[in-house]
Order: sequence, then structure tokens, then C-alpha cells
Amino acid sequence: MSGRPEHQAPPEIFYGEDEARKYSRNTRMMEIQLTMSERAVELLCLPENQPCHLLDLGCGSGLSGETLTEQGHIWTGVDISSAMLGVAKEREVEGDLLLGDLGQGLPFRAGAFDGAISISALQWLEFFKVRYFNNYCLIFHLIDCRLCNADQRSHNPAKRLYIFFSSLYSCLSRGSRAIFQFYPENSSQVELITSQAMKAGFTGGLVVDYPNSTKAKKFFLCLMTGGQQPLPAALGVDSREDAPNHVAFSQKRDRVKQLRSGKAPKKSRDWILEKKERRRRQGKETRDDSKFTGRKRPSHVW
Amino acid sequence: MKLLTHNILTSKCLKGVTVGYPLGIVAKEVKVNEVDFNPEFISRMIQKVDWPALCKAAENLGHTDELPPTVVDDYENNEEFLKKAHHFLMEIEVMNGDLVCPETGRKFPVTDGIPNMLANEDEV
Repeated sequence: MSGRPEHQAPPEIFYGEDEARKYSRNTRMMEIQLTMSERAVELLCLPENQPCHLLDLGCGSGLSGETLTEQGHIWTGVDISSAMLGVAKEREVEGDLLLGDLGQGLPFRAGAFDGAISISALQWLEFFKVRYFNNYCLIFHLIDCRLCNADQRSHNPAKRLYIFFSSLYSCLSRGSRAIFQFYPENSSQVELITSQAMKAGFTGGLVVDYPNSTKAKKFFLCLMTGGQQPLPAALGVDSREDAPNHVAFSQKRDRVKQLRSGKAPKKSRDWILEKKERRRRQGKETRDDSKFTGRKRPSHVW
Repeated sequence: MKLLTHNILTSKCLKGVTVGYPLGIVAKEVKVNEVDFNPEFISRMIQKVDWPALCKAAENLGHTDELPPTVVDDYENNEEFLKKAHHFLMEIEVMNGDLVCPETGRKFPVTDGIPNMLANEDEV
């Protein structure tokens, strides 16, 4: 099975109560979400020092919304997982929350918002690859007949995307933006998403931060309503700017730590001899050392 | 759900609905919170808010005649007016009840402050 969560179950089932709690307690996850939310707000290019009325699409447990509150904005969040929204309520987020399916369209009046952000949600929208439907249908058939929606949802992702983007376009005030941080599966998904957004009237495009770093690379779809405008500059494109270092240098740090600790690095011949000594001291049966101990083995060829 | 959010909610995503605004409120539980007053934000929101819909919502919740029926002139500088608007938009929260589509009568339940706007497959 693919490691991508959106291939495993629809968002309201994947983010059931346990997963929702896990998501909101994982500090590394929270840190990443915080950074991405701050970057998304930056890309919104809102007027300075002005509290705005913003939309958080796929707000989940409110991690991104908290960034909006911190920056002085009033926000409304929409999510399809009631478990995630429940966690948001427990965390007492300031924004108003709505239970809704983005693919059904946004139920808002024209020009209601000054901007919209979406963190790690867009890839769930077109959702639910049909090949998994049969497995889940059998398991969940009796438990949750809303799963039948998933079948219909898989019929026309392009239509759902279009309904979503056109309703978003109308509820944004003229000149405002929508910024989507998401994890594209492949270029045809990006193509589909972008084309539906353009059809709905948006201009803009993809901004890729840290394009040369596998771990730090982040995709932001920047959609604008005010007509053609230049895209904001991506981070980390200039080679002098390093990707956030909590990711890039971890291996180097580990190696240095090992050398300093005075112990032999793992799996080397010295380490093996030391370990055998330890076992002998513990009185465990140990093979005698020979010239073959810790010899180099031919590497696996599959 | 604050009344500010109610003021921008519609049922237009449903099939057969033209405008779907404003949604009626049948409230079973309402909470009043204290929220920091930001006059600048409220002034800007007043431009976007549908004032008659706000008055009707206030009425639905039993607060008849507490809001002036129209936006006063020069409201940006009228602190009393802004404070009243702030109170209704930001401090009154519907915790439990239903939102009602004016065209189809379809109810959207509000549970624990969260309106359920999910439509069934045959409604979109």
C-alpha cells in the first residue's frame, strides 16, 4: 500500500478520533504545520497591521488557525472530519468551525473573506482512489453508509475541484488570495488542480520553496482574484540560503556525536570485538575471535 | 457559531436553491462570550455584513429591538454603535440548534457550536 494517507481512506475516516489526537500531539508535526501556516500567511500579502477575515480550508484540529489568531486575524475553518473539529474545540481555538465537504462547494456569501489558507488539505479533495473502495466497502458497509459518498466522490474529481474553486472564487473579496500548501502526488494531479482553479477564474501558480531539498521542499499553490500578478518569490532557491537545518544536517551531527563519545562507531570490527568481550564478561557463550571476525561482506545484490 | 459566521452562511450549494440566504436560526442553546473589541475590524466587517440579516438573526435569538434597524451614518466614529455590533457579531454564539434554508426548509444542525453543512449526495 502506498504511504500516502489519502490513498488509505477518505479524510473523515482516516482522521477518526485516534488519528486526530495523534496528529495534534505530535510536536514535530505541529512545528512543521506552524512554519507552513506562517509562510502561507506571508504569501497572502495582506495589508500590514490590519486584522482580516480569513478562511482556513481543511482546518482540521486548528493548528493552522492558531497561527491566524496569533497574527491578529479572525477566521472561520471548514473541515470534513468531525473528530478533528472535536479536537479543535477541545483546544479552544478562536475561529468558528464548520463541518463541510470542500468538494460540495463553500456555503458562503460573495466577497465574505479577505483571504484563504489551506495547509496539507488539498490532496484530500479529489480523493479516494477507486481501487480501495471495495476493501472499505466490505469492512465499513454496515458501520458507515456515508462511505457510499466516497464512491460518488471518486467519480469526478475534476468536477469536485471545479465546484470547490468556483465557490471559493466567489466568496473571496476582489484582490484577495488563496494559498494552498499541499503535497502533490504527481504532476498530473498538479495539472488537474491548477487547471480547475484557472477555469474558476483564478490567476496565479505554484511556488516551490527549497526546490533542491527533498525533505524541506514545500509546494504552495498561490491563487489570486485580482487579475494577473507576479508570483511571490520562493524560499531557498538562492543556493546561499540553506534549507531549515533541523532537517539537512542531522546525519552529520550523528556521526560527529559518535566519534566524540569515545565508543567505536556501530558495526565496525572494533565494535564487534568489544561486544564479544562484553558477552564473555557476562559469561555468555561466544565464538573465538579470528581473522574472519567482522570481515567485509559482499554487499547485497538483489 | 458566531453571528458573524451566520451572516455569511448560505445554502446555495444545495440543488434547487437560488439564493439560500439568510438562513433561519432555531436555537436551543446560546452562549455569550467576552471577546476583545477591535473597532477597526468591526468597522470593516460592517461594510460586508448584511445588516437586515443580522437584525433578523438577533430577533431569532430573542434579542428584538436591541440593534438599530439600519447602519447609522458615520458608524466608524460611533463607538456605541460599533460596540453593539461587536457584541452581536462576535460575542453571541449559537451552541445547539438548527439553521434553516429559506427556500427548501432543509435543516442544518448545529452541535457544540459547529454547524453541519454536509449535504447528501442527492442534494448537490
